[in-house]
Amino acid sequence: MTDTTSSKTKAPEGIGGGSWREALRVPALAVLTGLILGGIAIMVSGSNVFAAYGALFVGAFGDPVRFFNGFQQLFTTGETAGLLRAIYPFTESLVTATPYIFAGLAVALGFRCGLFNIGAEGQLLIGALCSAFVGYSIKGLPAIIHLPLAILAGAAGGAVWGMIPGYLKARFGAHEVVNTIMMNWIAFRLSDWLLNGPMKASGFRPVTPNVEATAELPRFFPDPIRLNWGFILALVMAYALYWFLFKTTLGFEIRSVGANPDAAKYAGMNIIRNFVLVMALSGGLAGMAGSAQVLGVDHWVGAGFSAGYGFDAIALALLGKSHPAGVVVAALLFGFLRSGATRMQSIAGVPIDIISIIQGLVIIFIAAPGIIRWLYRLKNVKVEETVLTRGWG
Amino acid sequence: MTNVLELRGITKRFPGVLANDHIDITLREGKILALLGENGAGKSTLMNILYGLYKPDEGQIIVRGQEVDIRGPNDAIARGIGMVHQHFMLVPVMTVTENVMLGVEPTKNRVFLDKEKVAARIREISDQYGLEVDPEAYIGDLPVGIQQRVEIIKVLYRSAEILILDEPTAVLTPQEVEGLFKIIQSLIDKGKSIIFITHKLKEVMHVADDITVLRLGRIVGSIDPKEASPEILASMMVGRDVNLVVMKQPAKPKEAVLEVKDLYVRDERQSLTVNGVTFDVKKGEVLGIAGVQGNGQTELVYALTGLLPIDSGQIQLLSETIHLSSPRDILERGVAHIPEDRQRHGLILSFPIHDNMMLCTYYQPPFARGVQLQEKTIFTNAEALVKQYDVRTPNIYVNAGGLSGGNQQKVIVAREFSRPLQLIIASQPTRGLDVGSIEYIHSQIIKKRDEGTGVLLVSSELDEILALSDRIAVMYKGQIMDILDATKVNKEYLGLLMAGVHPKEKPVPEGTTTEKVF
Repeated sequence: MTDTTSSKTKAPEGIGGGSWREALRVPALAVLTGLILGGIAIMVSGSNVFAAYGALFVGAFGDPVRFFNGFQQLFTTGETAGLLRAIYPFTESLVTATPYIFAGLAVALGFRCGLFNIGAEGQLLIGALCSAFVGYSIKGLPAIIHLPLAILAGAAGGAVWGMIPGYLKARFGAHEVVNTIMMNWIAFRLSDWLLNGPMKASGFRPVTPNVEATAELPRFFPDPIRLNWGFILALVMAYALYWFLFKTTLGFEIRSVGANPDAAKYAGMNIIRNFVLVMALSGGLAGMAGSAQVLGVDHWVGAGFSAGYGFDAIALALLGKSHPAGVVVAALLFGFLRSGATRMQSIAGVPIDIISIIQGLVIIFIAAPGIIRWLYRLKNVKVEETVLTRGWG
Repeated sequence: MTNVLELRGITKRFPGVLANDHIDITLREGKILALLGENGAGKSTLMNILYGLYKPDEGQIIVRGQEVDIRGPNDAIARGIGMVHQHFMLVPVMTVTENVMLGVEPTKNRVFLDKEKVAARIREISDQYGLEVDPEAYIGDLPVGIQQRVEIIKVLYRSAEILILDEPTAVLTPQEVEGLFKIIQSLIDKGKSIIFITHKLKEVMHVADDITVLRLGRIVGSIDPKEASPEILASMMVGRDVNLVVMKQPAKPKEAVLEVKDLYVRDERQSLTVNGVTFDVKKGEVLGIAGVQGNGQTELVYALTGLLPIDSGQIQLLSETIHLSSPRDILERGVAHIPEDRQRHGLILSFPIHDNMMLCTYYQPPFARGVQLQEKTIFTNAEALVKQYDVRTPNIYVNAGGLSGGNQQKVIVAREFSRPLQLIIASQPTRGLDVGSIEYIHSQIIKKRDEGTGVLLVSSELDEILALSDRIAVMYKGQIMDILDATKVNKEYLGLLMAGVHPKEKPVPEGTTTEKVF
C-alpha cells in the first residue's frame, strides 16, 4: 500500500505531481520553441540567424577563443588580463541576472500566497533610493556596519511599499493588483521629485550622489568586471526563501493560504495576517533588487534606474513556477539573453527588441502549456498547476 | 417487448483507466432500468457516452434497432434521449418557462420570444404527467423537488422518449421522493422508458423493472428486483459482503459537552439562517441533525467551528463559552470538524497527503520544532495514519486531489480523529461516497462515540441519521422542529418534520406536503 521506494521519484516541493524531469520539460521546451520562433523573426527581418545567435551566445557566455587564449596566457606568463577579458561577458550576464533573481523571488513569494504583486518595480525603486540614501548620507561608518545597514534600508523601504497594498487588502479588501500598480506610480513620481530635489547631487543631472565606498557591495575582480557580492546574496536569498516556504510553519501557512484559503481558514490560519506579511516580505525582496543594483553596480540612482526588472519579474516567477530554484534558473536565462542581446545588436545588427519577442513567446508558452504539449505531442500528465492568483474577489 | 435502447460492447479508456469495459445494457420499452454502482464504477462515463459528451473507443449504441452515432447532446435529443442531471442546469433568476425554452426559443414574427406558446405547452405536459408546476414562477423561489420537475419538463418538452435520471433522489426529502416515484410511474404509463442511476439500494428495489450493477467499469450482473435484497445488491456493488447495519450498542451518554442556547446566525449574505436554536450534545452520544439541505445546518456548523460569527446566543464547550473564539482556539479545545465540502474546506488538493494529514496541527510539536517543520515526523505520521485508516494510495507523497472521494474523506477522518477530542462535528460525512467507505466512516464515528466523545452529525441522508444517531433533531428554516429519541421515531414522521410540518399541530396526509407551495 505505502510504497516507500517511489519516494525517490517524488517531485520537488511545490512543483506538483510528477518528477523533476516532468517539471522541467515544459519550461525547457518553451524556451527552445521561443528561440526557434525568434530565429524565424530574425530571418524575416533580413538578418542571418546563425550570426545573430552566435553573437548572442558570445555576448552571454564569452568567446571560446578568448577563453583559450586567456588560459594560455595565464599558464605561460602568469598574466590574468586575457582571461579576465574572456570572462567579462559571462560576468555581465550574472550582473544582469542579479536584480532579476531578487525581483523574481519577490513575485514568486506573492504567487505562493495567491497574491499578484505587480508592484515589484516600484518597491525596487524605493529600495534603491533608501539604500542610496543610507549609502551616501552616512559617512565614516566601517563597511561591516554601513553595507548591511544600506541593504537593510533598501529591504525595509521595499517592504513598506509592499505592505501598504497588503494592508489595504487585508483591512478593506482592496485588490492588490490595483493598489500595487498605484504604488508603482507613486514610487515613480516620488523618485522624480527626490532625484530633482532633496536627493539630487550637485550638478545638472537628476541623480543621487555616489554612495560611500563603505556601502558598496565588494566586487570580485578588477574593473571593468562588475560582478559583486550582490549575486551571491541573491542566491543566498533564493535558498532562504526555499527554506522559509517549504521547511517552516510560516511557509506552510503561506502556501496553504495561496492554495486554498477556505481550507486555510478551516485549519485555523489567519489569512489576513498572511496577506500583510507576504506583501511586506515580497516588497522587501524587490527592495533588495534595487539595493543590490545601487550598491553593487551603479553606486548611484538616476532617472530610469530600473530597466523594468520589476515587470520582467512576473514573467520570471511564471517561468520558474514560483519555485525559488526555478526563479534562479529563469533569471539566469533572462540575464544571458539580455546581456547577449547587446552584442547581437552591435555585431549582427539584430535589434535588441528581438529578445523581448523571445521572452514574450516563452511566457505565452509557459502560461498556456497546452500549446507546448500539443506541439511536441506530450502526454497530458496531470501536473497540478500552481494557483497564481485569485480572482478579483 | 421491444428494446428501445441497447448498448453493446461499449468500451472507453482514459489514460491509465479503463472506465467502461465492454458494457452491454438493454432498456426495454416502457420499463425502468436501474443502473447501480459505486462512485467510479463507470456509470457517469457510460451516460456521458450515451448523451454524446464522450466518444466510445469501441461499441455500438442502438436506438430502436438502429445503430446510431451520437456526437453531442443535440444528437441525443434528436434521438429522443433526454437527461436529468444530478446538479440541475437551471437559471435561478429566470422563470420556469424561460428555463424550459432555453436553447430552443420559439419566436413570434421571427423577433419576439413566444413565451405564451411555451407556457401553454408546459401546462399541457404538466397535466399529462402530473408534473404540477407554475410556468410563471421563478426557479430560485421553487423548492428542490419542484426544480427537478422543471428539469423533467425540459426533457419532455424536447420530446424525449428515453429519460436518463442521474441520482434523482439525492437532494429530495422522503416525501419528495414519493412524489418523484409517482411522476416516474406516470411517465412509464405514457410509454416513456427510463434509466435510473443511483447508489441507493432500497429505491432501486422499489422502483426498477430491471437492475444492472456496475463495478470498476464492468457489468457485474443483472438481477430481477423481485429476487434482489439490499444485501445482495450491496455485495454486487462492492464485491464483498457489506455490513449495511451499523453495529452499535446503546449509547451511554454522560454530561453535556456542547451546549447551544438561542443561537442566531447570519449567512454571508446577512440573512438570518439559524433562527434561535437550542440543543446539547452529551459525551458518548450521537446527536443527529436531520433536514433538507439549506435549512441552516451549514451555518450552524460554521458558527460552532468559528468559521462564521454568531448574531446572538451562546455556545459552550465543556461549560466554557466559545462563540467568540477563533477556529484555531476551538480546534485546540478538542473539536474535530469533518466539513460538508471536503474539497473546499477539508483538504488542500494540490498538497500531498502528508501535508493534509497535519493541516490543523502543523505548528505544534511533534510536527514543528520552533518554526521548523519536522519532515520525518510528518512522513511517519502520515504513513501510520494511511495504514490505520486504510487510505488507498500508492504513497503519502501523492497530492490529495489525486485520491478518490472516499479516500479523500478518509484522509480528513484520519487527521481529525487522531487528535485528542471532546467533540466531533461531522457534516455530511459520507456524501457521495461508496458503500465500502460509508461503512468504514460510520464505524469510526461509532467507535469515537463509544470512547466517550460527543458527536454532532449533520446529514441530509435520513438513512444515515437513523443508522448513527442516539437522538435526532430536525432542522427546518433555521429552527429545530423537535428533538426525538432515535429508537422511537419513524421515517414518515421525520419526513414531515423535515418538510416543516409539525404533525402534532397540523396533521397532513402523507405525500401531499410538498404540494403546499402552490
